[in-house]
Amino acid sequence: MISIEHVSKTYLHAGRSSQVAALADINLEIGDGERFGIIGMSGAGKSTLVRTINLLERPTEGRIVVDGQDVTGLTGQALRAYRRRVAMIFQNFGLLAQKTVLDNVCFPFRAATGRVTPENRERALELLDRVGLAEKASSYPSQLSGGQQQRVAIARALACDPEVILCDEATSALDPKSTNTILKLLRDISRETGVTLVVITHSMDVVEKICTQVAVLDEGRVVEQGPVERVFAAPVAEATRVLLGKVDWDA
Amino acid sequence: MPDIAAFIDQFGGLLAQGTVDTLVMVFVSTAIAYVIGIALGVVLNLTAPDGLRPAPVVYTVLGWAVNIGRSLPFIILMIALMPATTALVGTSTGIVGVIPPLVVATAPFVARMVEQSLAEVSRDAVEAAEACGASVPRIVVSALLPEALPSIVRGVAVTLIAVLGYTAIAGALGAGGLGDIAVRYGYYRYEDQVMIATIILLVILVQLIQSICNLIARKVDHR
Repeated sequence: MISIEHVSKTYLHAGRSSQVAALADINLEIGDGERFGIIGMSGAGKSTLVRTINLLERPTEGRIVVDGQDVTGLTGQALRAYRRRVAMIFQNFGLLAQKTVLDNVCFPFRAATGRVTPENRERALELLDRVGLAEKASSYPSQLSGGQQQRVAIARALACDPEVILCDEATSALDPKSTNTILKLLRDISRETGVTLVVITHSMDVVEKICTQVAVLDEGRVVEQGPVERVFAAPVAEATRVLLGKVDWDA
Repeated sequence: MPDIAAFIDQFGGLLAQGTVDTLVMVFVSTAIAYVIGIALGVVLNLTAPDGLRPAPVVYTVLGWAVNIGRSLPFIILMIALMPATTALVGTSTGIVGVIPPLVVATAPFVARMVEQSLAEVSRDAVEAAEACGASVPRIVVSALLPEALPSIVRGVAVTLIAVLGYTAIAGALGAGGLGDIAVRYGYYRYEDQVMIATIILLVILVQLIQSICNLIARKVDHR
């Protein structure tokens, strides 16, 4: 269970005294095994929000509580251990271009222990097999398509048996076919392993396909949240209606 | 071609020795400069405003130190450092005497080149490594430097060629090598053939250095 409690994030603009609020008093509860969508338009603060969960961004106010433990102030070794429980995949995959696919998937092991054991390597090959890329183990990322690179990133995310996978616009750079492959893979993995997914997207299509819960973010605030069917059937907030395409686009 | 045979007979040994001396000066001082320069470049990258460990004071002070190191023309730096060089290695002439000033002149240059190479590494890849729970030293050793390697190797070519230029200046101040030969024979004694031979040798050295580094950069680049 991830509790986001009264989280705010403000940026100080260099050279100016004005503050920009990226997030304002966010409260969300993400249950274990849920596939939780956070949707919003560009600039709504959804990437900032997901990055506060693994503390790539520190909240200015509020706290992140995971399984009863306040993780907001973690540093050093404790922070790194926490990050291994909360994996992340990115819009642009974030693979190391100079390492083979297998070495990329093994990176979390190296991050954790400083070395890669034969068992680690075997586990990485299993994961590559799970994402359907066993035969690409010795290829380099540049030799793969975008969809394949994202599958490698998913295998890397799974390496440390995480409890949560944060997906930051994971399919936004992909064509519809690859998007479907990735979404299906994520959904199936979450069903098989019970891993919680936090899915950041601006696409209702993504939410509809794989999420169980959804929160709608608009200008740094949660304007609507609930089970996906309910929010889709009866959207209340204006931002939700826009995202659902239920407003007259030509108005 | 009896002329060439006679020329090689007369100056071959001298030119060969000069080439070897030049190469020793260039490679030894570049190697030492890289040990220092990579460390400085990494610290500059990490402490930059958008680095993994922003530290404005360290970044600014180090930036100034590097800029000062780069602002002195080599000939002035070499003369200014002579007492320190003598204290450090016992002489301020010859190959040994020129290596300390070459290192001092080259390390800040290398620091900026390495900083630049590291800045080119994909932000996403670094962030992904961070999100995997990697420590900063681990990110530097296992992600940043390996990702920047092809660019660093291309920088090595630029550095080696710049240092080759410095050694010619050092030659005029008693360091030996091809620069020294060009000055002593070509300039003072009007031995045009020796001058032309040193020029040809220098051109060949530059071409070789560039080609070999390009080849290595291509070999290690998997993008």
